[in-house]
Amino acid sequence: MATVTTQQAGQSAGANPGPKRQPNTGRFGSSVFKKAVMAVTGIIFVLYLIAHMVGNLKAFAGAETFNSYSEFLRELGEPILPRLTVLTIIRIVLLVAVAAHIWAAFSLWKQAKRARPIAYQTKKRVQQSYASRTMRWGGVILILFIIWHILDLTLGAVNPAGRDSLPYGRLVEGFQNPVVTIWYAVALIALGMHIRHGVWSATQTLGHSNKRRERALNVFATAFAVVLIGGYLLIPFSVLFGIID
Amino acid sequence: MKLTLRVWRQPSPQVKGKMANYHLTDVSEDMSFLEMLDVLNEQLILDGEDPIAFDHDCREGICGSCGLMINGIAHGPEQTTTCQLHMRSFSDGDTIDIEPWRSGGFPVVKDLVVDRSAFDRIISAGGFISAPTGTAPDAHANPVPKVDADAAFDAATCIGCGACVAACPNGSAMLFTAAKVTHLGLLPQGQPERDSRVVKMVAQQDAEDFGGCTNIGECSAVCPKGISMETISRLNHDLLGALRANAVPTS
Repeated sequence: MATVTTQQAGQSAGANPGPKRQPNTGRFGSSVFKKAVMAVTGIIFVLYLIAHMVGNLKAFAGAETFNSYSEFLRELGEPILPRLTVLTIIRIVLLVAVAAHIWAAFSLWKQAKRARPIAYQTKKRVQQSYASRTMRWGGVILILFIIWHILDLTLGAVNPAGRDSLPYGRLVEGFQNPVVTIWYAVALIALGMHIRHGVWSATQTLGHSNKRRERALNVFATAFAVVLIGGYLLIPFSVLFGIID
Repeated sequence: MKLTLRVWRQPSPQVKGKMANYHLTDVSEDMSFLEMLDVLNEQLILDGEDPIAFDHDCREGICGSCGLMINGIAHGPEQTTTCQLHMRSFSDGDTIDIEPWRSGGFPVVKDLVVDRSAFDRIISAGGFISAPTGTAPDAHANPVPKVDADAAFDAATCIGCGACVAACPNGSAMLFTAAKVTHLGLLPQGQPERDSRVVKMVAQQDAEDFGGCTNIGECSAVCPKGISMETISRLNHDLLGALRANAVPTS
């Protein structure tokens, strides 16, 4: 059988002049370093989210407990440290982590765009999860949500209870509006998926996954995300259905 | 079998390509996918048209030359190489889309042929051991634990076909690079250069316009040799270890 796959003259392998860039063997240039930044900052967020979720559940203990917990967070470290010191440190760590997470994400996003300059006409998914596929746009939604969330429940700027209200008042008045509750629910589910893939991906990126652990790790990531987001979702829906008022 | 093929035709790297439709009759289900393309090409030659260029060599699934995006899946519906895919995996009347690997690191040479020399450059960046040649050392001079030997061999089965890059939503070559890093990193002979190897190979894969890994797993799912995602975890582990050890690659 005649084989007809010879290349045309002048288009030998030499047509490829090599990479456009010099390989960057520096410490911060490698894509794996950027992934490690994402993984470590992601772990910081997850730890914060666990504490935040547990704190939220105090809404079930009533207005007084909830408001005094909020005050406790501001007084944390007193009298050794001035008021707000510990909270400010936590906020700075989180802000730096957010900046680093976004920097690494955009840098890897840019690299991924360069890596596929021409899209496939047909591309099927073989095994990827919805969570893994939506990490980037999910992340964009999450940052917008976090900005809204701070304006809403921390500062009260966009909350019906106003700026001078107490945390419990903002919580109840805010989530009595079904539109707000649904917006929070959507964002929290997006957060859950981000965490589901993030937990697995961070373990893999930090080099602690292997064939034996892979399955258990994925089950854990899903279970963790479900429990965490479940805990978060309890509050807005309890307000909406009048369990918390 | 009657088939409609939509094939990417691109006469040269400079010219914009497009999908072209071809109809093929009397395709035997015992043909391999490449034999089916051979038949199409013979038909095209008889019609005085330019035959479709595609890469292939051993047609035994071991050389890694062939590789096509078939209906949106690297190497088609079976987890094997394109040459080992048979037409019995398709049905009469099917329309099959055939595209080249799409990657910034794999420029199209012609039609379905891409230039994969980027992989060679990743290998030359560090995918080797610097051992003095000479008479073969005694087989038992370097004992290797069975578990390590097995894992190293599993990684070494990578044939460098590029399906991982083609399938990856990020266009990352991490599974390929990881297979090579793992294969040498698990063996005693690979230890002296273990740190600098991983730093240099990852730097080369980044420089070749391949993407970064986001642990989606499409690569491993289409890999004809079933290279595991575990290798990527090993690569990450080695790279972070090398950064901690402040390994500066020697040029």
